Amino acid sequence: EALVFNDPDFQHEDLNFLSRSQRYEQAVRKSALMVMKLREYGIADPEEIYWFKSFVHRGRPEPLDLHLGMFLPTLLTQATPEQQDRFFMPAWNLEIIGTYAQTEMGHGTHLRGLETTATYDPATQEFILNSPTVTSIKWWPGGLGKTSNYAIVLAQLYTQGQCKGLHAFIVPIRQLGTHEPLPGITVGDIGPKFGYDEMDNGYLKMDNFRIPRENMLMKYAQVEPDGTYVKPLSDKLTYGTMVFIRSLIVGDAARSLSRACTIAIRYSAVRHQSELKPGEPEPQILDYQTQQYKLFPLLATAYAFHFVGAYIKDTYSRVSSDINEGNLSELPELHALTAGLKAFTSWTASAGIEECRLPDIYVTFTPSCTYEGENTVMMLQTARFLVKSYNQVSSGQRVTGMVSYLNDLSRQRIQPQHVAARTATVPISDPVSLVEAYKARAARLVEAAAKNLQAELNHRRSKEDAWNRTSVDLVRASEAHCHYVIAKLFTAKLSEISNAAVRAVMTELCLLYALYGISKNTGDFLQAGILTDAQITQVNQRVKELLAIIRPNAVALVDSFDFHDVHLGSVLGRYDGNVYENMFEWAKKSPLNKTEVHESFHKHLKPMQAKL
Amino acid sequence: SVNHDLASERQTASFSVEKLTAWLDGGAEHTRIRRAVVEAIECDPVFSRENQYFQSQNERYEAAVRKAVHLQKKMHEMGWTENGPEFKYIYRALSGDVAFLLHRIFMRSISVLGSDKQIAKWIPLASQYQLIGSYAQTELGHGTYLQGLETTAVFDNATQEFILNTPKISAMKWWPGDMGRSATHTVVFAQLYVHGKCYGVHPFIVQIRSLQDHSLCPGIIAGDIGPKMSFEHIDNGYLMLQNVRVPRENMLNKFCEVQPDGTYVRLGSQQINYFTMTTVRISLISDEAVIPLMKACTIAIRYSVVRRQSKLKPGEQEAKILDYQTQQEKLLPQLAAAYAFHFINDYLQELFEKGYREVQRKNFDTLPELHAFSSGFKAMVTQYCTSAVEICLRACGGHGYSLLSGLPSLYTKILASCIYEGENTILLLQAARFLNKCFMAASAGQPVPPSVTYLAAVKHGKCPAKTKVDFLSPDIYTEAYQHMAVRLVSSTAAKLQDLIQSGVKKHDAWNQCTVQLVQAAKAHCHYITVKNFAETVEKLKTEAGIQKIMKHLCDLFALHGIFSNAGVFLHDGYLSGAQMDMVTASYLDLLAVIRKDAVPLVDAFDFTDKNLNSALGSYDGQVYQRLYEWAQKSPTNMQVSPAYERYLKPLLHNTRSKI
Repeated sequence: EALVFNDPDFQHEDLNFLSRSQRYEQAVRKSALMVMKLREYGIADPEEIYWFKSFVHRGRPEPLDLHLGMFLPTLLTQATPEQQDRFFMPAWNLEIIGTYAQTEMGHGTHLRGLETTATYDPATQEFILNSPTVTSIKWWPGGLGKTSNYAIVLAQLYTQGQCKGLHAFIVPIRQLGTHEPLPGITVGDIGPKFGYDEMDNGYLKMDNFRIPRENMLMKYAQVEPDGTYVKPLSDKLTYGTMVFIRSLIVGDAARSLSRACTIAIRYSAVRHQSELKPGEPEPQILDYQTQQYKLFPLLATAYAFHFVGAYIKDTYSRVSSDINEGNLSELPELHALTAGLKAFTSWTASAGIEECRLPDIYVTFTPSCTYEGENTVMMLQTARFLVKSYNQVSSGQRVTGMVSYLNDLSRQRIQPQHVAARTATVPISDPVSLVEAYKARAARLVEAAAKNLQAELNHRRSKEDAWNRTSVDLVRASEAHCHYVIAKLFTAKLSEISNAAVRAVMTELCLLYALYGISKNTGDFLQAGILTDAQITQVNQRVKELLAIIRPNAVALVDSFDFHDVHLGSVLGRYDGNVYENMFEWAKKSPLNKTEVHESFHKHLKPMQAKL
Repeated sequence: SVNHDLASERQTASFSVEKLTAWLDGGAEHTRIRRAVVEAIECDPVFSRENQYFQSQNERYEAAVRKAVHLQKKMHEMGWTENGPEFKYIYRALSGDVAFLLHRIFMRSISVLGSDKQIAKWIPLASQYQLIGSYAQTELGHGTYLQGLETTAVFDNATQEFILNTPKISAMKWWPGDMGRSATHTVVFAQLYVHGKCYGVHPFIVQIRSLQDHSLCPGIIAGDIGPKMSFEHIDNGYLMLQNVRVPRENMLNKFCEVQPDGTYVRLGSQQINYFTMTTVRISLISDEAVIPLMKACTIAIRYSVVRRQSKLKPGEQEAKILDYQTQQEKLLPQLAAAYAFHFINDYLQELFEKGYREVQRKNFDTLPELHAFSSGFKAMVTQYCTSAVEICLRACGGHGYSLLSGLPSLYTKILASCIYEGENTILLLQAARFLNKCFMAASAGQPVPPSVTYLAAVKHGKCPAKTKVDFLSPDIYTEAYQHMAVRLVSSTAAKLQDLIQSGVKKHDAWNQCTVQLVQAAKAHCHYITVKNFAETVEKLKTEAGIQKIMKHLCDLFALHGIFSNAGVFLHDGYLSGAQMDMVTASYLDLLAVIRKDAVPLVDAFDFTDKNLNSALGSYDGQVYQRLYEWAQKSPTNMQVSPAYERYLKPLLHNTRSKI
């Protein structure tokens, strides 16, 4: 951190005052510099690279993201040793700057729908790449617009007259030396977006563009010189990269939300407004219950997501070492879990950031609700796994992992308990029993969705129609499952904290997270008879008590996130709280203030006044 | 040609789009006038917005000033006047992308708060643009809470002047539109001091820039506040006053006056000072919240029938995304809300015109109700519409994030509406204060304004619905909303009373109840919106096709609210768990029904392509072609990137020697 902040090479004018082109240029400058410094300091560990990167770019996207985050890793995981010899070192040394071109203008999350073709020509031993329609133009890949000279392109492979599905190809797109697009390649920037100003998201159109046979990534599937296609061992493996990225987004949701909370809570401690009591000075707005109610549940959520992010990262590295040893048994649950949690955390975080009203973090983070898998689709993937698990339980099998609560459903059915008898035992001040309540809610909603699905099937609807007609229920079930998982992980973390004072405040946050979630979804808990009206009233009351309890620690809790002022990039969120003075200084630097009298006065206002 | 997926949607409309449009406009004659205004503005290249997504803040500002100046000429040419029927359509036709909006508020505040003499002096100057006005209320450290403002205006008996000052940095005026660069005058709100005594916040007309060379007047420091999340075209400004003197006559004095000897005379209710804000709040509901939502729905729904993704059935073509239940559940409730709020806006406009006439006659009786209505509905509608536009943005997947979709700019603009003219939470609390007061009065048998008489009729009992079809009866769901609103208002009032009786100080008790008070105020507004929608549909008897589809939308709006807020309806057992399942079933059934008319329903909003300014939402549905062609016009593609020569080239070529 200090390496970056103290380096004058990384200083620049406030980004808020720069145009898109200028922002892009600054980002490229810093990326180029960053790569050189990384090598200079000998930083090669991916975790360290990640931190270095995030300090250089202050958590913003940058044109080399896809090169470092997708192009290099894909080469490592999907290229043959020969291909690695050819491409990896040049890419490592940035003679090749690559991107990852998957999404097309007309096709996103549904990979099989992609239209780009790669047709094998045995006569020349080449693949001929084509973008046959407007909708097949590659659209959105970061770094594609202006920066990259190579791309890994996903295309439908045709050989011997047959379509073999999606495969990845290494495609040169710009001339080395001049950076001009190669003949047959049309490439450019897709124009302004909501955020991501420094990123040159691009388009790519290919017309009969030929690449040698050896440019198909062939660690798993292969095309032999005569055009014979050799199948990979498991087709799930290609999803590995996406699972990895999704797990990173969960961590990112936690960090973005933490930044937003830091800014909003510090500012709320500085800002004074109105009167609570007549005659007294205006109180800090953080003393208003409504403000606490907006911010503290988000703070609790930020902590919850930190623990979830850490959990997923650990699970991912465990499962991926299993995969390397050929054990794929945990992949389905991992896939289901990352999909749902990615959707759940990015939705919640982006709504939370909006609640804090922070434009910069919001626009940088919100797109994660769409990229790497649109969130509703993600939720439905999780639901598919939940329904499958439910059906296994119904047919007498037992399930393991996070869904093991479904095993209990059959037992509950045999011994129906009276609502009152069951609910009296949920003490609302104990995180463990609240996790039980979330568990019961998830079980109930999974069961309801599975039953509704079955009912639709019994109406002799096709499987697909039935699924579509139940999908709103299915998404709700997935959300409830994810909510349960998060509450569970947060609660489990408490016992690991050794410092008593820290454990006490974390327990308060954990309780707030769980109770606030209940108060926002009272319908589910009431309808399933998990909680009574009276308990809901208590829950609401307890949430408000917790707000007051957390209030004295609020600033300390965001200070613990330990964001540097430069990283926050916010006038409102400064560690020293000198908000107003700095806002004024900042505004004076605005480009509109560069001249005392704006040129439009002479151009438009004055002539008008003269005429009228 | 029209994309065939979109064209096919229009062949099955269950009603006449043209008739619905005319009805929404308030008659075919209004539609004709609106279209004529839009046509006149759009065929004039000065008003083009085609490049706006590529422009810098400076360029946007210059364009907005250019348009504002040109508009004066245009109005003259076309014979449009400020009081004519065309006027209200101009802003819509320009999509608000024009400067001098605060100039109008400047004029309005003078008309409302100024004496006849002041009106006669300032209004002609302003309407001739001999000066450009702004409205300086908000300060760096103070927003919605007016009494907290720190700017001071001290009366100097000797010179018959007020001396205005910004005593500290948090008192600096911050945010007023048109003030950063354009305005020559502004209405400054300041604490009035006469002979050392403070009389509260009053409005003063202050000149800030020279009328000759536009330089700042002595004692004035002003400028632009820098880049924002939206409103790039407006020069929101800051203003510091250092011993700025204005003549005694510059205090707006229709309702209170400082006489030459320093005697302070009050001529009416002090609440009148808020009246400008009250009317602004109401007028922004349509322009800044409902219309943007209608546009967002138009873009998202048209795109959702052009975009295909995955397969519903194996072997078939990829399905239109609007055929997915989850996509319908995202978009159709927002469409229903757009209609619901269009109707509530009509209702509020009528209420306000009545109120305005009363105030002109110096009858202030309706002010508290108007104030509560404007606060509550401004907050509820802007908040709802903001979430709704965001849902539309997200429902368009990746392309929604391109500025060329039009959705990000709609979103950032509508988000601001949750804050300006009163932060929403504070406004909801103001509405709650009114409701609480009325509830107490009603309980004590005293008369209350007609909009809240329902609070007096506290009914216990259960919802009588027996099947899911029962929930398609407006009586059933309106009753449920009413029950819920009464319960929330009354239980909060009871809690507040309990706290006070148990010895908690009034202000602390209030703060401890604010979360519930906000909930109660929203519930009240939600109830009125549902009720008004149902009554509007009821009145529609003659237009069969339209009434049927409007009834579906009304049902959807109401049931969506119950579905998404199940807890508050289940809480006291008014609805049972089984009834909630019926609500869900009816609600999901409605999605499939309204799905069929989704495109005709957005077509009826009648936005031109130029007005939408969206690659995804155009009438012909040529989404991908437009996106591709438009992107190529981006400056990032027109000019050689300096980054290549400067940074990338050395990186790509000399790496070995450097690394």
